[in-house]
Amino acid sequence: MANKMVRNAAGREVVTEINGQPAVPFKGVGKYKPEGRKYAPRISSCAYYPDDGDKRVKTIKEALVKAGIKNGMTISTHHHFRNGDLLANMLFDAVNELGIKDIRWFPSASFPCHEHLMQYLDNGTIHHIEGSMNGPLGKYVSEGKMKGMAVLRSHGGRYQAVQDGEVEIDIAVIGAPMADPFGNANGLEGDSACGLLGFALADSQYADKVMVVTDNMVPFPCIPWQIQGNYVDFTVEVDKLGIPERIVSGTTKITKSPDRLMLAELTAKFCDAAGIIRDGFSFQSGAGGTSLAVGEFFKAIMKEKGIRARFARGGSNKYLVSMLEEGLVDYILDGQTFDLDGVRSMRENPRHVWTSPFTSYNYHGKGNFAPLVDVAILGATEVDVNFNANVVTHSDGYLLHGIGGWQNCLFSKTVILPLPLVRDRVPVIIDEVTTLCGPGELIDVIVTERGIAVNPLRKDLLEKVRDSGLPLKSVYELKEEAERICGIPEKVQLDDKVIAAIKWVDGTVIDIVRKVKIEK
Amino acid sequence: MKKVAVTGNTGPRIRSDCELKLEIKSSGGIKINLESRVKAMYGNSITRLMKDGLGFFDIKHAFLDVNDSGALPFVHMARLEAAVKTLVKTNKELLPAMSDSNTYPSERERFRFSRLYLPGNTPSMMLNAGLHSPDGIILDLEDSVAPAKKHEARFLVRNALRQVNFYGAERMVRINQGERGFEDLKCVLPHNVHLILVPKCESSEYLKELAKSADSILADNNIKQDIFFMPIIESALGVEKAYEIASAVNNVVAIAIGLEDYTADLGVQRTNEGNESLYARLRLVNAAKAARVQPIDSVFSDVSDTDALKATAKLSKSFGFEGMGCIHPRQIQVIKSSFAPEPEEIKKASEIVQAFREAEEKGLGVVSLGSKMIDLPVVARARRTIDLAEKLNLIPDEPDNQENE
Repeated sequence: MANKMVRNAAGREVVTEINGQPAVPFKGVGKYKPEGRKYAPRISSCAYYPDDGDKRVKTIKEALVKAGIKNGMTISTHHHFRNGDLLANMLFDAVNELGIKDIRWFPSASFPCHEHLMQYLDNGTIHHIEGSMNGPLGKYVSEGKMKGMAVLRSHGGRYQAVQDGEVEIDIAVIGAPMADPFGNANGLEGDSACGLLGFALADSQYADKVMVVTDNMVPFPCIPWQIQGNYVDFTVEVDKLGIPERIVSGTTKITKSPDRLMLAELTAKFCDAAGIIRDGFSFQSGAGGTSLAVGEFFKAIMKEKGIRARFARGGSNKYLVSMLEEGLVDYILDGQTFDLDGVRSMRENPRHVWTSPFTSYNYHGKGNFAPLVDVAILGATEVDVNFNANVVTHSDGYLLHGIGGWQNCLFSKTVILPLPLVRDRVPVIIDEVTTLCGPGELIDVIVTERGIAVNPLRKDLLEKVRDSGLPLKSVYELKEEAERICGIPEKVQLDDKVIAAIKWVDGTVIDIVRKVKIEK
Repeated sequence: MKKVAVTGNTGPRIRSDCELKLEIKSSGGIKINLESRVKAMYGNSITRLMKDGLGFFDIKHAFLDVNDSGALPFVHMARLEAAVKTLVKTNKELLPAMSDSNTYPSERERFRFSRLYLPGNTPSMMLNAGLHSPDGIILDLEDSVAPAKKHEARFLVRNALRQVNFYGAERMVRINQGERGFEDLKCVLPHNVHLILVPKCESSEYLKELAKSADSILADNNIKQDIFFMPIIESALGVEKAYEIASAVNNVVAIAIGLEDYTADLGVQRTNEGNESLYARLRLVNAAKAARVQPIDSVFSDVSDTDALKATAKLSKSFGFEGMGCIHPRQIQVIKSSFAPEPEEIKKASEIVQAFREAEEKGLGVVSLGSKMIDLPVVARARRTIDLAEKLNLIPDEPDNQENE
């Protein structure tokens, strides 16, 4: 069956149909107008739920049966346990044992620990994955081995897709580090503590059946209820949900790489020169080594100048927590916690607030927090001369990363990508990105070890940093420098088969990913 | 005669390098098997480079296994040349182009506060080293290279000298001791090396021989430029002979002390406080000053302890040292700022220079500042301080934009 391809507003050729459902091509930032009403799950009644509030079922398998699992259903999971997750693997072991086929797996993200599930993609238990893929599953999909087409969405885009009814979840499986038999749950306590459960919010609200699985069942009430039991059908106790040291690290460490530190320092200097670091400002910096270091350089500047930020967006970690505790930041609005200090702070400090993709990122809402952030410091695998960026594929075409909150954060007032210009002979600035994930009009600055390029659209920024002594260059100069070092790359040959669609924050298709060519 | 040569490095932690296995055959043409992280983007160009390289050495039949982790072409060329030369005797050199950015000269009197050691067989550390603005880059052929890798490191260092932009840092090579050092010289000198570090130096004769050898290599290659030497004193005997070594040949511009080996020679522990090497360090400073060369202090090995590094560097400066070695780029700025003149020093120096200028204008033979007479050496030192302050951008009115090039 040939899938009709059209050119979208970003000039990318995209599919018009994804796994049999029609898809809208990207129309430009803010151009797509949704119509109609939000999706609504069926009405439930207390009459059909236990009067004593005890919704416990013995096993995941039993809960699946009670939820009416059938071939072709959509089952969702969440990546709160990151690379330490055991739940998705247990879940699909049960699905497989039940002989169910063609499941659409809808995780908020998958990790290398889910390599175990490849066998279920092979044997038809799972038809396809809609969710970010990090590592082996991405490789599997890139090589064209998955039956259906993968769909990648941002965290906000995932909420939007569920809310708009683009993805109807039949069974949501929510792993909870602490829960009560009624289904109230949070991520704050227990061996699998991960901080918060924000990624599961949409699923709890909109899925047909909701199952909370915990390895730390407490008597009612589980406080705070990050997930409200009133949405929950079944609760299940298991021995162990995750491997703690892979869920959150005991201690996050700032990079020791001199090159990354240099990028971080340049980024902070740029923000300082551009007047971004000022009293009452806000920032978001990711969890990678460079991003952590940016935070530390911010801290030094803020301390020196006596500046206090109004809020910082998490991923939180001990460095951000120390800024909160030292009074350099009024609030952390957290999307996920990356270390034990982050979890502790969220548990103890009312100014360390758990958020969800609904509040932070959902584009089909009455506003969200992302555009209120003064500066977001993000990563990318590639950027092109039009400042378009890629976060999902490598330059050789392999789909190895998820979008995360990246697309959503592009709406911050200033978006900075600190990137090494050359990564082991891979030039990071190129003519055209392999996969478009973020339109260049939303990306303001690229900081590399060999110079800083400001998007010409941001004349205001250029004006502010012109005399700063920072090594400003055009994006073309940087591209040429990368090519001088690496050589001009050959055009990567890809297969015609489309293996994944990349959604924009509004549910339209911004790009697709093609199968890689594998040598015989 | 060996049949198969293996050069370079591979493994999960290896980046920007490649491992080659070369087997020369008697028939069957050239067969190349390439595994590379960047195959989709550079596969054809890597294969072409290998084929051309083998052709350059007149090898017509061979099997070449390339395991690449994103090496740049100059690395591929070095690994190939090393592999070929393990199997075949040839004087041909497979040279990458000399990049325009790498032809700048050095000068005898330049500052040598921070000199960054780069292991000579680790290409991943080379590309960005110059971006951290050390005064000098040392491509090390000695202690940081495993004995089995000495041969191949030489080609890599030579190619790096031609291709890697060190952004104005003084281009230094630390050669091996003894006979191997002479071989190293022959390989690297024609490629705009500014300074040779001579390890474990214990005699002026050895240095003289090296200098003679260097002169003849430079003459053979028609190079007019001076080559400087920085002997490293790393033993009790070396310390005793420091002055003799420092003044052995005219082109010695600095002498350095290497405390790891020195303390081992003494049979004592090296400490952060450094009391055990106090005599050696002071003696070395004195010898250097007597010979009119720069005394340079040892490296500080605890990379994570910036405060201790700062304290060591300040102490070092107070002893009279004019620089230190760095083993990590993050040490560079700490060392530079520690050796940089303090605001008070700069202020005083500019007053002295100003007074000298005024005296000159008035045709006065004697310079005085306030009630104090100023000797000419004091003026010279003040000028040096101003010069230094200007170079380090410490004089706000005359910004030096070169730092950001």
